Amino acid sequence: MDATALKPGAETLAGGCPSGLSVVAEPASSVDPSAFVHTDDRGVDTLELLVQGARCASCIRKIEGGMLAIPGVRDARLNLSTGRLRVTWTSGSLHSRAIADAVSNAGYAATAFDPAESQKQIDGEGRRLLRALAVAAFASMNVMMFSVPVWTGDQDMGGSTRTMMHWWSAIVAVPSALYAGQPFFRSAFAVLRRGRANMDVPISLAVLLTLAMSLFETATGGHHAYFDGVCMLLFLLLIGRYLDHQLREKARTAARDLLAMQTTTAVRISEDGVARAVAAKALRAGDAIALAAGDRVPVDSVILDGVSEFDCAMLTGETLPVSMRVGDTVHAGAINLTRPLTLRVVSPVESSLVAQLARLIEIGEQGRARFVRIADKAVALYVPAVHSLAAATFLSWAFGPQLLRTLGVTGTAEIGLHGAVMNAVAVLIITCPCALGLAVPAVQVVATGRLFKRGVLVKSGDALERLAQVDTVVLDKTGTLTLGKPRLATNLDRDTLTAAAALARCSRHPLSRALVDAAGSGKPALMPHEVPGEGITGEIDAIPARLGRRAFAAPDAPESADNAAELWFAWGHAAPVRMSFVDELRPDARSVVDALRRRGLTVELLSGDRASAVEEAALETGVTAWKAQTRPADKVAHLETLRAAGRKVLMVGDGLNDAAALAAAHASASPGTAVDASQAVADIVFTGARLAPLVDAIDTARAAQKRVTENLAFSALYNIIAVPIAALGYVTPLIAALAMAGSSLVVTLNALRLQAMRPWT
Amino acid sequence: MDIIAFLIPAAVALGATGLAAFLWSLRANQYDDLQGAAHRILLNDDDLPPPTA
Repeated sequence: MDATALKPGAETLAGGCPSGLSVVAEPASSVDPSAFVHTDDRGVDTLELLVQGARCASCIRKIEGGMLAIPGVRDARLNLSTGRLRVTWTSGSLHSRAIADAVSNAGYAATAFDPAESQKQIDGEGRRLLRALAVAAFASMNVMMFSVPVWTGDQDMGGSTRTMMHWWSAIVAVPSALYAGQPFFRSAFAVLRRGRANMDVPISLAVLLTLAMSLFETATGGHHAYFDGVCMLLFLLLIGRYLDHQLREKARTAARDLLAMQTTTAVRISEDGVARAVAAKALRAGDAIALAAGDRVPVDSVILDGVSEFDCAMLTGETLPVSMRVGDTVHAGAINLTRPLTLRVVSPVESSLVAQLARLIEIGEQGRARFVRIADKAVALYVPAVHSLAAATFLSWAFGPQLLRTLGVTGTAEIGLHGAVMNAVAVLIITCPCALGLAVPAVQVVATGRLFKRGVLVKSGDALERLAQVDTVVLDKTGTLTLGKPRLATNLDRDTLTAAAALARCSRHPLSRALVDAAGSGKPALMPHEVPGEGITGEIDAIPARLGRRAFAAPDAPESADNAAELWFAWGHAAPVRMSFVDELRPDARSVVDALRRRGLTVELLSGDRASAVEEAALETGVTAWKAQTRPADKVAHLETLRAAGRKVLMVGDGLNDAAALAAAHASASPGTAVDASQAVADIVFTGARLAPLVDAIDTARAAQKRVTENLAFSALYNIIAVPIAALGYVTPLIAALAMAGSSLVVTLNALRLQAMRPWT
Repeated sequence: MDIIAFLIPAAVALGATGLAAFLWSLRANQYDDLQGAAHRILLNDDDLPPPTA
């Protein structure tokens, strides 16, 4: 939307990211961040804001420059990766409101952060993993300095030189492995205490046993020490772990951002008539609150005073604004468009419509938690298999020869208890899941990176897995299949358009904005007066003009046949002009629906809008299964029916009314213009005016799933070959190192093949 | 071969220095905003007005 439409007389102010990469923010809301200011004992105030829409170098300059231009500000730093803006200033030199306003005026949406929330932002786990990874990398590189001479020159090397090399390896490897292995040891210990086992149990066992065995070999002057293997193992496993953690962290951050945004404020009017900003949580039934034009209703309320229009699109999917007067109930989440109002709170925030939706969302997400990731399934097979193989190796070497002798078989190889332990440890270390640990995260990182470049944000790794299994796509209409905002459909001559737009610039009504969008920038009309639910009057070139409903602007004009959204414009003595608007389909809606069908997916349309509007959209896109006037609970119920029929549904929606359905679906997607709640529950968020990224995401997810399956199959094949070699005692440290590095390289290269995939356009 | 008595400790010490440098940069929050750092290099220092206080 055009920022100039919102601030008459401020046309020169460029809004949002200059690169055009992100949508310009909604107008500044009257949120007062002063509750979130933190003052330290040196008299310095700090405020942290979550800034949305910053994407490039110019954004940094605009935002930081804008902050530093405010007198009193000491420092401003924007973290582009997380969107956190940290501003410090001398206490009392300015009001925190000025900071939030400056960010909004630059065209970015800003939300104040609870300082306690922002403390949780520091990703401690990620740092620990990165430190362990660095230590493991250092150790595996430096141990090679001692291992390569032993591998290549063992014949020419004297026993004492070899033992010295082993001792040096031990000095580097033992402390490093004990440090870098801690993420695995901790997790293994935690599950063992609960009497279960996960992947980290065989890893920890292999690391500790191999270290002990290698130390024993070194001390006794033996041939084989596996210090290099241990370090490499930890290094490769930690890479997989770190990638996996980064993917999960991204999803967690998105959820936390949403929590921060829900800390909304409201203006409460106390009995003595003083207005004060309070947290929405503090509102009680019966409180009187003031609601400025452009603000979102904080809790379900009844109008006490005033008449206005509300944009309920996010709540119901209805495209056109709803006119409300004294006594009407407005639900939390609706946006007040025209006039400031006084409201009386009906129900506190916990029982508002939004909170009820939040509970529906929670229930849906619990269902999703039952999903088992493919990697976890592989681990469930892997752990018992490896343990029993190692145990079998030890038992057969330790007691097998004796058993055979008592049965009368002679000439068996006797390697004693020492040899039996060596071979069992060789099985543990060679089966160690380097390839398995990298198989899934490597593919998911490449797939999400590829989609990110194409404007699709994938929130978690298992989202890709679920997306790949989808066989039905349920689309919302308003804002998903359509662009969600009206567009001028009538051809007007330039003068009429310019004049009508001048009047429209003084209004927040969606039809007015559409008119301004069509006209481009210009001057607002003089002396505007808006009558909620009717229209707006003003003066253009000193000639009075009216813009609004037929009854308001052109009462003598005939009623038109089609029931499209319309505005009438009367200017001076000229004949009134009718302008009709359509909620335009996304440009590629039809081709995307066709492409989804070609991929064997069933496509359905599920909307809260009127039946006639939904039918029209269904006809235009060729969707045969559609449902209109569905409430949020109906949508969830419909998805449950589909689920019961064994279908795996991808829900695509943008409104608050879709959020619960998004959470209940097998996989979900939201456009970047969706409400925060929907974006937070959706698995993927796609940007831009086109729907094509949806097809791209499904294609990539399916290809990724194929790569994952290949990788897991390869890991299994590798183990089938390696285990007999190890169990028979043929593994040397060189073979172990080659096998480990080789198998990890194969799965990584296979993952990179995704990069070369041809995109659907 | 006596030389390896010097070379090995020297090599390990160099590796450890590299590790220490990385751990220091991690502690100094240099990996917190990788995207921002990539873009900030495009900004001229005098693009931003100096702090007023």
